[in-house]
Amino acid sequence: MNEFLHIQTRTEGMVAIIELNRPHVLNALNRPMVTEIVHAIEAYDRNDDVRVIVLTGKGRAFAAGADIDEMANDDPITLDLLNQFAEWDRLALIKKPMIAAVHGFALGGGFELALCCDLLFASETAEFGFPEVNIGVMPGAGGTQRLTKLIGKTKALEWLWTGERMSAKTAYDLGIVNRLIAPELLMEETMTFAEKLAKQPPLSVRFIKEAVHKAVDYSLYEGMQFERKNFYLLFASADQKEGMQAFIEKRKPKFQGK
Amino acid sequence: MYETIRYDIRNQVAWLTLNRPDKLNAFTEQMNKEITVALKQAANDETVRCLVITGTGRAFCSGEDLSGVTEDMDHGEVLRTRYAPMMKALHSFEKPVVAAVNGVAAGAGMSLALACDFRLASEKASFVEAFIHVGLIPDAGNLYYLPRLIGHAKALELAVLGEKVTAQKAYELGLVTAVISEEAWEEEVARFAERLANLPTKAVGLIKRCLRQSWELSFTEYLEKEAFAQRIAGLTQDHREGVRAFFEKRRAIFQGK
Repeated sequence: MNEFLHIQTRTEGMVAIIELNRPHVLNALNRPMVTEIVHAIEAYDRNDDVRVIVLTGKGRAFAAGADIDEMANDDPITLDLLNQFAEWDRLALIKKPMIAAVHGFALGGGFELALCCDLLFASETAEFGFPEVNIGVMPGAGGTQRLTKLIGKTKALEWLWTGERMSAKTAYDLGIVNRLIAPELLMEETMTFAEKLAKQPPLSVRFIKEAVHKAVDYSLYEGMQFERKNFYLLFASADQKEGMQAFIEKRKPKFQGK
Repeated sequence: MYETIRYDIRNQVAWLTLNRPDKLNAFTEQMNKEITVALKQAANDETVRCLVITGTGRAFCSGEDLSGVTEDMDHGEVLRTRYAPMMKALHSFEKPVVAAVNGVAAGAGMSLALACDFRLASEKASFVEAFIHVGLIPDAGNLYYLPRLIGHAKALELAVLGEKVTAQKAYELGLVTAVISEEAWEEEVARFAERLANLPTKAVGLIKRCLRQSWELSFTEYLEKEAFAQRIAGLTQDHREGVRAFFEKRRAIFQGK
């Protein structure tokens, strides 16, 4: 079943796959498409049968930026009233692991969308960049913030100011990309990893994600307090009992996500 | 549509012929661009399973056309904007590429030959690291490829002394695959290219990819790339055909798929 116009969704086992589906425009992000992506991800986040969400693009690119025609005639007031980026904020609230599988271009909004994911797997031939500066604007959906937190101010400014495209290898060296994969095998390798991740105890995965995200925003002291509470909280789970019991009995644990 | 080169396809082989014979096929900005476009065309054309680069007339390619070199020219920018796109397109080209060196390959013309997978030399051919004679360094990837092909010491010797290397000497250095007599030239080159065109094209491309990556990676990283490549090769029809032919005790017929 697919009630979406601009994306396609499906599940394989416990992994949900969301494909951006406007290949004729290299999956340029328009507002309805972003709405669909956010709705689909939120639905999977609440779906007990799904443990990992994979985001990818159909055709030659992940997403080569935003739909420029759509915003060319906007003014500040209409943009504020529209409040389009509020939808992007909701992606930061997703609890399950999100993996971006990027091939071809991830530019502008496409790059920002990839940076919203927890892990980024890239084809060896993928290219990243923030070309917004070249048309007299700047990233608006987290580009200046997320890139800077990932690679530091010095490197971030260079890429954001020049608008130049970054090779997958450079993105890998900078710590943006987790794995560089032969283009032919991007989805296969991503799915292998996603399936492995889906077998990890889901509550641990969930609370680890939450704590790591806090490390980005909190002071070390507050982060440590937060981590501790999540650590204690896992002792309320059946998976903690099972995991530790299995360790003592020298057998493989069976996790249920409870 | 091309003016400085010719581009023809025969028997699954794309022939990219540098075609400014009166200028010994020297590079101009237009020629750099046309070669880059042709390389992309050949890369994307599934019917092309081998590429031959050669020249018309007496020379293979005499390098940059010095008549375009001016006093205020920014040599670095010329390399970045004109040569780098061409050399990158050739570097990432995942089908077999033969330089059929029909005559002199000098300067960046030699670089072009070095960037190919195979060099076949006519007995009239020669290689010249001409750069030093005009106070420049070998460019267009020349000093990247040369030590990988013949070793550091010989690369330095050629680059610094700038002496003409005959076809026979090039063969002895391991720079060329074969030296071919003038009479047999066209026939032998075509035969060699067609032989390559009938190999399992994807596997050839993956061998190129692995060799290329091996220079940049640690052994452990390389083994992961090797696993990727073999997984991809293992999915090809040509692999299946090869195994089938082995058991049926016949010659495999590869389709490049």
